[in-house]
Amino acid sequence: MAGQVATGSRSGLRSALPLLLPAYLWLTVAIFLPLSAMVFFSFMTELPLSGKAWFFTLENYATFFSQGLYLTLLLASLRLGLEVTLWCVVIGYPAAYVLAKVLKGRSREAIFLLVILPFWSNGLVRIFSWAMVLREGGILDTALNAVLPFKINIDLMYSYPAVIIGLVHSYVPYMVLTCYLTLQAIDDSLIEAGRSLGASRLQMLKRVIIPLSMPGLVAGAALIFVPVVGSFMEPRILGGRTGTFYGTVIEDQFVAVFNWPLGAALSFILLAVVLVILALASPVLKRAA
Amino acid sequence: MAGVQVSNLSRSFGAHKALDDVSIDFADGGFYALLGPSGSGKTTLLRQIAGFDFPDSGRIAIGGESVERVPVEKRRIGMVFQNYALFPNMSVADNVAFGLSVRGEAKATIASEVQRALDLVQLGQLGGRRPHQLSGGQRQRVALARAIVTKPRVLLLDEPLGALDKALRIDMQIELKRIQREIGITTIFVTHDQEEALTMSDRIGILRGGRLVQEGPPEDIYDRPKSEFAATFLGDANILRGETTGTGIRLADGTAIAAKAGASFAAGTKASCAVRPERIRIAADSGSPDHLNGNVLKGQVSKRIFAGNNSTYFVDRDGQTIKVIVQNTGMEKLAEGQEVVLRWSPESTVLIAGN
Ligand SMILES: Nc1ncnc2c1ncn2[C@@H]1O[C@H](COP(=O)(O)OP(=O)(O)OP(=O)(O)O)[C@@H](O)[C@H]1O
Ligand SMILES: [Mg+2]
Repeated sequence: MAGQVATGSRSGLRSALPLLLPAYLWLTVAIFLPLSAMVFFSFMTELPLSGKAWFFTLENYATFFSQGLYLTLLLASLRLGLEVTLWCVVIGYPAAYVLAKVLKGRSREAIFLLVILPFWSNGLVRIFSWAMVLREGGILDTALNAVLPFKINIDLMYSYPAVIIGLVHSYVPYMVLTCYLTLQAIDDSLIEAGRSLGASRLQMLKRVIIPLSMPGLVAGAALIFVPVVGSFMEPRILGGRTGTFYGTVIEDQFVAVFNWPLGAALSFILLAVVLVILALASPVLKRAA
Repeated sequence: MAGVQVSNLSRSFGAHKALDDVSIDFADGGFYALLGPSGSGKTTLLRQIAGFDFPDSGRIAIGGESVERVPVEKRRIGMVFQNYALFPNMSVADNVAFGLSVRGEAKATIASEVQRALDLVQLGQLGGRRPHQLSGGQRQRVALARAIVTKPRVLLLDEPLGALDKALRIDMQIELKRIQREIGITTIFVTHDQEEALTMSDRIGILRGGRLVQEGPPEDIYDRPKSEFAATFLGDANILRGETTGTGIRLADGTAIAAKAGASFAAGTKASCAVRPERIRIAADSGSPDHLNGNVLKGQVSKRIFAGNNSTYFVDRDGQTIKVIVQNTGMEKLAEGQEVVLRWSPESTVLIAGN
């Protein structure tokens, strides 16, 4: 029995190989090679391209631990990732629910398009649009002052909330899409069965719908948390002086200071921390799912 | 427990009338089958009673209480779905416990009620399993246990046995009937399967195009159908068409057919007679006529299908094929192509309005 299954899956793998090969080749060339180069760099004193003498060192990794600033920034970035992920759940999940279970036909298509529109717009355009909205005398400020009877000053520009808003806007489509897919797969008759048994909508949500859509929530959270922790564009443009995060520091090493070895080392520390967090979270999330 | 009264219920989807002025009285504790072809409105009617959908007009009362605008979670009904609709994230016991636990019953009460319900459907040992670890028949039992454990006023089932194979279906029919008797719950059962409707229910309602065509006890509908549709949809029937004579009809070739069952019509209008295939006697010679087989037709056997305990003969006469079912007593052996005489009694002949 077991042998049969094994041979079955092995021949399945063999026939799938031609299909998998292009993807693996691409991954090797486009990701694995540059990544290996980065690992290599992270253990060097100097970039070999600069022509100076270089040798192997652990100095770059040691820097992270010797200077408290990096740890502080990493913690700030992790907090940012957590907050953005939570906001994406709070905003994205209800939207996904409405899309999957309430809207039908044409209106569903239209709203769907609206939700994933940020996906298709250029990241920079998106961020600068937010800058126009959030700054003092900007769109939000003007609009609120037009309807409110008293004068208020809205200047969210260059603040932590601005960074959150920008990031949530960029990443919420991931949450909507992953949750939409799992919610879509929940048979409507399950919801009807629950209601016929006397469950209120809230009880249905808590006991059936959320548990069944947990895989989508987890996938969405992972897709958002990881890049947000390392993000630098939104913090830099919308955060201004307050927008110094772990990601912006790494970016600085690459584009401003030209200390690629330190930048690479900081990146790998981030990668390790994120992987550890995901590994620690996975049994908890699996149990919930 | 309670009866259900549906009066003048209508529900349209766009221009399509899915239910058109339907009135049925579902007796307290009765087992009622809703039968009809696909798209006839069976599910729509059941969903109105359950409260998943609301009628455009008409009344629904459960136990005398008007419920048209009461949402499903407040109606205290039990529903069993064709695809079982068990919660995949819960064990069998938790599925069954769901209705009690959302009500906030005490843990100990829930546990004993769940065990009772699982024992009733003979799944007492399987409470710890997940739905995907059960067979189709077992899942349907769990769905049933889950629906009845809350002691609903009405049990609604939408083709609950549709996904099961024939043998399992018959087991489940017996099982379902036993459970229904044991708890005495008013049951409304939607089915495609006329045999299922005949054997299980104490009343049947036949729907067609959103209208109630006929309703009553199975024997009544079978023996006295009021329309050609009812006659041919529930069981098999030979339809003979002609003009009424007052006590029967006259066929196009002048043959008179006497009918003692069904309505009576003014002479001269168009009408039909329905005769069940098993009520007709077939013989090679004409024999002696008597009052028990007063209707006589001559024809020729065009086909014989042997099915073990019975045979079906197809007899051609005057451009029409008449179906006759004969029990295998070892006596009748008629060859294809043979001239035969068909006889049956006027009591077995139902006069219905022509169409
Ligand atoms: N939500 C809906 N929107 C539009 N039309 C509907 C809807 N529900 C049912 N209908 C239509 O109403 C009619 C009756 O449907 P219903 O599901 O009640 O039939 P049914 O007797 O249960 O058929 P089946 O035996 O195939 O299940 C059908 O023509 C169907 O297309
Ligand atoms: Mg149906």
